[in-house]
Amino acid sequence: MDIVVCVKRVPLTEEVDLVIDEQKKGIKKDQLAFILNDWDNYAIEEAIILKEKYGGTVVAITVGNEDDEEVLRRSLAMGADRAIRVEVSDISRFDSLGISKILSCVVKDLPCDLVFTGVLADDDNCGIVGIMMAENLNMNHANMVTAIEIEDGKARVTSELEGGLGEISLIDLPALITIQTGINEPRYVSILGIRKAAKKELKIMNLADLGISDEELSPKTIIEEVYLPPETEGAQMLTGDPDKIASDFIEILTKKGVME
Amino acid sequence: MSEIFVIVEHRLGEIRDITFEMLWKAGELAQKLSYTVTTIILGHELNSIVDNISDRADKIITFDDERLKNFNADIYKEILSGLIEESKPTLTLIGNTSWGMELAPCLSVKTGLPLATDCIDIMFKDDKFIAQRQMFNGKIFSNVSFAESKECLLTIRSGVFPKDKIGDMQAEIIQKDFPLTDIPLKKNFIEFVETAAGDVDISQAELLISVGRGIGEEENISLIKELAEALGGVVSCSRPIVDKNWLPKHLQVGTSGKSVSPKVYIAVGISGAFQHMSGASGAGIIIAVNKDPKAPIFRTADYGIVDDLFKIVPVLKEKVLEVKKG
Repeated sequence: MDIVVCVKRVPLTEEVDLVIDEQKKGIKKDQLAFILNDWDNYAIEEAIILKEKYGGTVVAITVGNEDDEEVLRRSLAMGADRAIRVEVSDISRFDSLGISKILSCVVKDLPCDLVFTGVLADDDNCGIVGIMMAENLNMNHANMVTAIEIEDGKARVTSELEGGLGEISLIDLPALITIQTGINEPRYVSILGIRKAAKKELKIMNLADLGISDEELSPKTIIEEVYLPPETEGAQMLTGDPDKIASDFIEILTKKGVME
Repeated sequence: MSEIFVIVEHRLGEIRDITFEMLWKAGELAQKLSYTVTTIILGHELNSIVDNISDRADKIITFDDERLKNFNADIYKEILSGLIEESKPTLTLIGNTSWGMELAPCLSVKTGLPLATDCIDIMFKDDKFIAQRQMFNGKIFSNVSFAESKECLLTIRSGVFPKDKIGDMQAEIIQKDFPLTDIPLKKNFIEFVETAAGDVDISQAELLISVGRGIGEEENISLIKELAEALGGVVSCSRPIVDKNWLPKHLQVGTSGKSVSPKVYIAVGISGAFQHMSGASGAGIIIAVNKDPKAPIFRTADYGIVDDLFKIVPVLKEKVLEVKKG
């Protein structure tokens, strides 16, 4: 079972004040910490679980600059066999279609039964790249998958639907599957583990190696402007010392009839 | 005249709410810009579905065929791309749902049309369409335009537009035959399964105390259970808690979990991603506890407490016990 997993490094933005950059096209990132996109963490884990069960190889790919290699090293430490980074100094000049084309060009020359991406990236929240790759590669696909079983050269997958319903389907391999969070419990990676994984192969390619011209990658969607959420009335804040907050809290519950 | 396509989403014979919401937005834009609204329905035995939306569009195109009984992104893509090439609709609206997000990206590649996903509004400014969407889980908004293309595909977030009817329309109904000779069936539907069955039904609770990622560690959930017990409420949670297996799926509030409608919804350590908030939108009031004053949840909550939950939750619990003791 040869599996390719596409991963992305994203900024941690929870409990952080985000600042818009001067061009109003993105956010300032120099003060932010970065992590492996949560969905991709599950995707790598799922690939390794299948590899442990059926043998084969796991290759992790990302598109980005040297800093982005951090997520590849983490993937290698989790158990991926090798990694590929496509050198692009600034990925923000591409849209999801462009990124999907770059990744598709890498994947088409790799032996693979399965390609995994996360459902979504925690930064742009687009959720497009995976399924676009499937279409670029003319590959079978399944979206938002929360369970995978392999049977007779097919994958039996559960896709998450709205309202607590799952949809089970059977797809022929090779297939591209977008992985939903919660599908497994991603393993812990130690700093020592990441250091040890430094011995594994991490190949760097550039767009010329892949034979892609800048023209092919020109974006079809353009971010005109990014901005902080428009002001809303928002919540009425309970303030004061904890005791005062607790009294106000109880008063609200009493008014709403949920305190006897 | 310019046209807006709305792709109807339905499941097990029922129209999904997102369809009515898209029809509302399409209707509003069409009125403003003198466009027409065409809805496309793919499926089998569609009469009741057609009846339910026939006063919300100018035109309804149906493909009613046994082979369309189950949703299949590839078959949808093949049929819709043909229709889009023929009619060249200015906008094509698709639900930003599990199915819609499998369909839209392949339809975009197939037709060559640009795609903006998870849109929360569509505006027409300076002679071009702008899609409004969010990034970084709602902490940043962005306006997206579409290079040189006159046409585009948009997926629409659930719950942002009303389900109401706009204007008074009487749709012309056009039945089309299944147009594909070669069916690209690469994926076979097996069955639907309930993923959120369980003994506690949070959708019936009057008071929910819901816990999110901010709780940090599994053992800390006892804090929330104790508060719930003191209050006589029921514990629920957001997705990350279920993903980590700390609480069972049937306690999850949100698009992929349950929709709830308690009198009071207390959200502790929940940042307020829209997927979660849409499940809590039926609540009488929402009280949010979060240490990040910029957490999106404070935009929709009625009351907010900005504090470290580990400090404030025990105080709330003690006070509740004290008051109850009389």
